[in-house]
Amino acid sequence: MILEIYSFSSLTEAIDTALNNSMAPWLATLTELVIIGIVFLSFYALLGLFLVYLERKVCAVMQNRIGPNRVGKWGLLQTIADLIKLLMKELIPIKNADQFLFNLAPYIVIAASFMAMAALPFAKGLQAIDLNVGLFYIMAVSSLGVVGILIAGWSSNSKYSLVGAMRSGAQIISYELSVGLSLLSIVIFTGSLQLSDIVASQADGWWIFKGHIPAFFAFVIYLVAGTAEINRGPFDLAEAESELTAGFHTEYSGIKFAFFFLAEYINMFIVAAVAATVFFGGWMPLHIGNWQGFNAVMDYIPSIIWFFGKTFFIIYLIMWFKWTFPRLRIDQLLTLEWKYLLPLNLINTVIIAFIVLMGWYF
Amino acid sequence: MNSIVKYFSEIFGGVRSLLTGMSVTGKYFISPGEIVTEQYPENRATLKMTDRFKGEVTMPHDENNQHQCTGCGICEVNCPNGAIEIITKKVPNESGKLVRAIDKHIYHLSMCTFCELCIKTCPSDAITWGHDFEHAVFDRTKLTKVLNKPGSSLKKKEAKS
Amino acid sequence: MSKDVVTNIILRDDEDYIINMGPQHPSTHGVLRLEVCLNGETVKYVVPHIGYIHRGIEKMCEYDTYKQIIHLTDRMDYLSAHMNNEAVSLLVENALGIEVPERVKYIRAALNELNRIASHHLWWSAFGMDLGALTTFFYGLRDREKILDIFDESFGSRLLHSFVTPGGLMHDVHPNFRKNIMEFVKYFRKKLPEYKKLLTDNIIFQNRTKGIGVMTKETAIAFGVTGPSGRGSGFSCDVRKIAPYGIYDQLEFNEVLYTNGDSFDRYMVRMDEMVESMNLLEQIVDKMPEGTEFTAKMKPIVKLPEGEYFQRVETARGELDVFVVSDGKKHPYRMRFRSPNFSNMFTLNILGRGLKIADLVAISGSLDLVIPDIDR
Repeated sequence: MILEIYSFSSLTEAIDTALNNSMAPWLATLTELVIIGIVFLSFYALLGLFLVYLERKVCAVMQNRIGPNRVGKWGLLQTIADLIKLLMKELIPIKNADQFLFNLAPYIVIAASFMAMAALPFAKGLQAIDLNVGLFYIMAVSSLGVVGILIAGWSSNSKYSLVGAMRSGAQIISYELSVGLSLLSIVIFTGSLQLSDIVASQADGWWIFKGHIPAFFAFVIYLVAGTAEINRGPFDLAEAESELTAGFHTEYSGIKFAFFFLAEYINMFIVAAVAATVFFGGWMPLHIGNWQGFNAVMDYIPSIIWFFGKTFFIIYLIMWFKWTFPRLRIDQLLTLEWKYLLPLNLINTVIIAFIVLMGWYF
Repeated sequence: MNSIVKYFSEIFGGVRSLLTGMSVTGKYFISPGEIVTEQYPENRATLKMTDRFKGEVTMPHDENNQHQCTGCGICEVNCPNGAIEIITKKVPNESGKLVRAIDKHIYHLSMCTFCELCIKTCPSDAITWGHDFEHAVFDRTKLTKVLNKPGSSLKKKEAKS
Repeated sequence: MSKDVVTNIILRDDEDYIINMGPQHPSTHGVLRLEVCLNGETVKYVVPHIGYIHRGIEKMCEYDTYKQIIHLTDRMDYLSAHMNNEAVSLLVENALGIEVPERVKYIRAALNELNRIASHHLWWSAFGMDLGALTTFFYGLRDREKILDIFDESFGSRLLHSFVTPGGLMHDVHPNFRKNIMEFVKYFRKKLPEYKKLLTDNIIFQNRTKGIGVMTKETAIAFGVTGPSGRGSGFSCDVRKIAPYGIYDQLEFNEVLYTNGDSFDRYMVRMDEMVESMNLLEQIVDKMPEGTEFTAKMKPIVKLPEGEYFQRVETARGELDVFVVSDGKKHPYRMRFRSPNFSNMFTLNILGRGLKIADLVAISGSLDLVIPDIDR
């Protein structure tokens, strides 16, 4: 590599040294934690609002509409106005609802998505925590959200909510398998669960290209299963607007509803970011083998743009699905997983293991 | 073996149908289609209703503040909803004889279903459709309108030549 | 009578897990309330509760003259306003023996077919949305807009246009009428393949509708299911064919028949009917006589002679029958409408029983219910 990609670790290390020089080590650590927390919190809110705006614009163009265009230039402030509206709305108390669980559920959902964000490598050196089981951690934490959905459906004391929550439970338990297996196929290539390792292993080409057809296959399965895991159309059975009015969050109002809403979009971001990291090289620019000149040109684009570019491309794919397909029925959803995705995925994993064993990849 | 072929052909057929569906929305994403939505409050200046648009019943007055309503009450009889009330008065004509003339032509817009029977049956073509459609008001009583302007009078029929 | 008809019995139990779909529910398209008993996701029985938008139109008709009744019929099945208007108009004309001009008949047929396509547009849009494909809604309404513009130009209103009256039409159609229809047909022939690509061929859609809510021909006849819903079961019930009115006996068109009786066949009947309607529109535009006459000579006050009168027409949803008892006055003594949606809706329990909630939504979408027509 001719040009060194700018690493954010120089910046973070500088902050770390400055803090350690000026205060006690425990205080410095605490301050760093607070800074990281604030940065993530604001990033989370802004990202959620932007994704909602993006979704509305994308679907508007697909549907021959204009989309939000009243508040701000091109309606950019529309989601902020919506958020203010939701903040001011009354939190309607539900009769005979389990108040404690009812209030707890949105926080579980939002905390799960928040925790998963911590391990994502946003750019070179820009990662809050680089666990050696990073991929496993993200999968484990992001599937915690379903607990919140189940609690929400159960505690609402509403029949629609309960049906929606039960659907969601069945759905996520099933699709977790496919998500895990398709990610596993790349882990077989890299031999590591650490996200920084996975990204580093793609310095001479992304896995979706290096891994031949099986890797592409794993990506498609991951995309389908990931869409199902975040309860988005065409797998939005937990909400199923035309069947269950709003599914598990029928009874929620105001900011509690906004939490569910926001968490859904952040989950979409996480699914897309994991796909970008594992299959498309994360922040790694597009490198092709030994083409030094080409690789150097690609390195000029900052790594953070590569990461977000790939992530938003996958987010766009997920939105495209939602605005094209009708919704599946619950039994068809499970059929798709257990009869199609899972067997194919298992075969695919075996093929990949064989490829790795024989060394038939770049 | 047959079932395996069927299994995979099902998958490929399904994926192909999904991709054709995505090609439609994808096409519109790349080249946005015609937007039929009226950008209403912005295009108020240019928004033009069709010639026959049924906005509300109006009574045209000419420059001398004269209309053609004789107060015959046929529109009132023909209205299926009771949206029109005619109040007449007696006024003396040139020869001093008291004749019937319109005092108030009251039109309840809130009851009107725009069936056009009043306009169709009016023998003297005194009422017609107005193109105004912004009828939202804060008080329902404001939807009750008096169609003949204050001080207006009946237009004299030109002598037939 | 087949077996499934006689077993339309609802056994209520105190332990039933009942959800009320409606009166405010996104998939009932109005104020219909479905009392759905669930066993997990499976529907045990469905009880439709109607009457939330009852306005007493039949009673109101007894106080209106025959010309005034027209504006009430608009408001029954608001998506086939022209057909409803024509039902009453034809009844009065046949009762008085009035022969309307040829041109009026052609215009009426053109309006019927335009209205039918517009109605099927809205149904297609809403059906897609019921199944979760939200984009269909906007494509359908985009194309429907073109028809509404034709209506707007000629009648000044887009939905409830009380345009057909006993004896003819309210006034002449706009001079551009013929040209606009040709433009629309040309436009829509190009857009229809999009519908097929987006929804009809979609594997998810086919799985959601094929074999779901099978209505046998016997059930269709026993419940009086007419229109596209009945024709999806192979029940030949197109009034335009079996009892032609207006100009329909001189036009060439096929009655679309499918035999499986599931939601997908009901869907396909409507999709094919749109093509048939476009063929009809082309014939009508070709054959429509020139001229400006738009009404037959009628007395200003219409009085039907004493007796009973009956007229049937094909609306976008099925057979609309009008029955009038006249006592020789200018108001009808009794006016009765047999609306297609009423009969179609009560098959919901037969069709939806034993399926999933999502199927119930698909079935009620495929029956294309308009609630104000049920309650009147």
